[in-house]
Amino acid sequence: MKLIERVAAQQSAIVKKWFELVAATYPEDTARFLKSQKDPFANPVGQTTFSGLKAAFTALLEGADAQTQAEALDPIIRIRAVQAFSPGQATVFILALKPIIRETLKKELTGDSAYADLLDLESRIDEMLLIGFDIYLKCRETLFQLKVDLEKNRIYHAFERAGIVTLESEEGATPEPQ
Amino acid sequence: MKDLPKPKDFYSRLMHRPGSTDWMDTPVDIRKGMYCYAANPKSLNILSAPFARDWNPVEEDWKLPENWQQILHEGFKERLERFRSFKVFMDICVRCGACADKCHFFIGTGDPKNMPVLRAELLRSVYRNDFTTFGKILGRVGGARPMTLNVLKEWWYYMFQCSECRRCSVFCPYGIDTAEITIMGRELLNLLGLNIDWIATPVSNCYMTGNHLGIQPHAYKDMLDFFVDDIEEVTGVRVEPSFNRKGADILFITPSGDVFADPGTYTCMGYMMLFHYLREKYGFDITWSTYASEGGNFGFFTSHETMKRLNAKMYAEAKRLGVKWILGGECGHMWRVINQYMDTMNGPADFLEEPVSPITGTKFENAKSTKMVHIAEFTADLIRHGKLELDKSRNNHLKVTYHDSCNPARGMGLLEEPRYVIRNVCNHFYEMPENTIREQTFCCGSGAGLNAGENMELRMAGGLPRANAVKHVHEQHGVNMLACICAIDRAVFPPLMEYWVPEVGVTGLHEMVANALVMPGENKRETDLRGEPLEGMEGDTDE
Ligand code: SF4
Ligand code: SF4
Repeated sequence: MKLIERVAAQQSAIVKKWFELVAATYPEDTARFLKSQKDPFANPVGQTTFSGLKAAFTALLEGADAQTQAEALDPIIRIRAVQAFSPGQATVFILALKPIIRETLKKELTGDSAYADLLDLESRIDEMLLIGFDIYLKCRETLFQLKVDLEKNRIYHAFERAGIVTLESEEGATPEPQ
Repeated sequence: MKDLPKPKDFYSRLMHRPGSTDWMDTPVDIRKGMYCYAANPKSLNILSAPFARDWNPVEEDWKLPENWQQILHEGFKERLERFRSFKVFMDICVRCGACADKCHFFIGTGDPKNMPVLRAELLRSVYRNDFTTFGKILGRVGGARPMTLNVLKEWWYYMFQCSECRRCSVFCPYGIDTAEITIMGRELLNLLGLNIDWIATPVSNCYMTGNHLGIQPHAYKDMLDFFVDDIEEVTGVRVEPSFNRKGADILFITPSGDVFADPGTYTCMGYMMLFHYLREKYGFDITWSTYASEGGNFGFFTSHETMKRLNAKMYAEAKRLGVKWILGGECGHMWRVINQYMDTMNGPADFLEEPVSPITGTKFENAKSTKMVHIAEFTADLIRHGKLELDKSRNNHLKVTYHDSCNPARGMGLLEEPRYVIRNVCNHFYEMPENTIREQTFCCGSGAGLNAGENMELRMAGGLPRANAVKHVHEQHGVNMLACICAIDRAVFPPLMEYWVPEVGVTGLHEMVANALVMPGENKRETDLRGEPLEGMEGDTDE
């Protein structure tokens, strides 16, 4: 059996471990809640994370394209990008898949071909990390843009339409009500 | 394989685990993106609020008055005596944890101190230490701790991570309302000049000019006049709002956000069209006020006294104009203030009449005492009596879901009326999951004065449970419009949607009413109020 097939056979065990590791990046009380509450509306962080990891793992095994991988990771990273994590902490969970796979398949990692397969799989995980990092950056950019747009778009555009203020330039000097 | 790292080692090196110390030992970390800027001293001075000064939440020194602990202790004591509910809430929590995972800020941020029970413990621990024998004797073992600078900073950080939405109270077997505890916490912080600017400056604006944005009366009127042109462009009908008119039957008050901020402006046009329609058909007589130009009340997020000062102008203006009663626009916290406080705070308004709809004759029993009727109830009653000619198909491009704004839903039980109106003006309406609507509705994540820009991470995290439910109906039913009856919602949902579900727009109830409303003498509508072409009507000139 090829390594990838063995990994696939352990899918649910691996995803479970992976999820537990991600949950453990939160404080203890929070982690307990994330793991125990199964209602996706009462526990959007836990349930979104779990289904995202499952989808990401499937994408990895199937050698899916970057777009598919990004779709799986986006909901998880979108959440972590607004929580108390540094960029590294928000995305490093992807790398954590490597030691999980190694440990789960420890006994089966014998012979050169198994190692070659492992290296191949791990390179795919590295790639996935980069995809994750791009998502993280896009989320942060959106956040900054939202901050910038806040005043300009909502309030001042209403004034501008009414001719009460003129927005001087795109970067905009602060408009004064006339 | 023995050289390869185990998941546990790997994770301890690379993955982050926040301190799992007891909450009392976990120091507060005031994180960028989560807090709002400190109040501008100029605004505090206008309000004669104490200890106005420049200070920065992330700096070590908050420039507190020397006797700050004493001020807090006395303030705490005074409030325990004045507010029975506060005292009861301090005493009766059994720490059962039923509320713990019900707060959108806990769910979204994952920070345990956002569990309602812990948020309340921040105050309760000091209460035990200062005011109970038990706490004085047992100290920490009894859950008590003295007020220190670190505790103060923790109070400040977490009192401004609560939107006073009351969701937690729905699940508490004792009915403990953590929102009320936050209200007290903020009041105490205000004794030391520790407000946030997003609240203090709107309050001072409102105090000076009558609305949060500090817009002068003439600009308020200019804005409405501009809407008159816009409405004419879309419908061919010229509406004629009246301002500050003495002797009108009814005074209309709405949050200034409806007048000045998109997309609330379209809801404002909706009110104007409805009033015009009712005047043409039934002789309805209503006036706007450029002085009571704010329905919202950020004073409510400051202190009881400030709330009272800002609220007073509603009755004062009603009295000055000699109207019979007041009709109120689509707002959230404005209704909590009206429903829960106004009557006893600035009332009784016995110079006003018990509200009766001049068109249907319906007595608004819920407003008997406050004399102020919610426009959702007013319009639902009109529809119920067949008084509005509506063409639902004009909203066919919308697949609508409805967000119960916390205050009208939990604060006054306004659950059916907005839904009834939506069903009568739209063909496509889909509810979000049961445990995210009605009494259990999830807050927008930006209420109670937290709708600033600098705390965007907090807002996005706090709004996640709401957005997650919207995403669900978007994926299931293709929902593309989130309707609400709150001006803060209309202001904060567009960025929330943009981050989590960018395909969904935001609207007020009366924007949809106006789109469906068949105005006497109108042109065939080709666009909605936003100027977007209506399905199947583009360039269609057949009559
Ligand atoms: S009132 Fe709302 S924001 Fe405040 S603790 Fe309760 S659930 Fe959280
Ligand atoms: S549900 Fe009520 S009694 Fe239970 S911990 Fe929360 S506030 Fe305390």
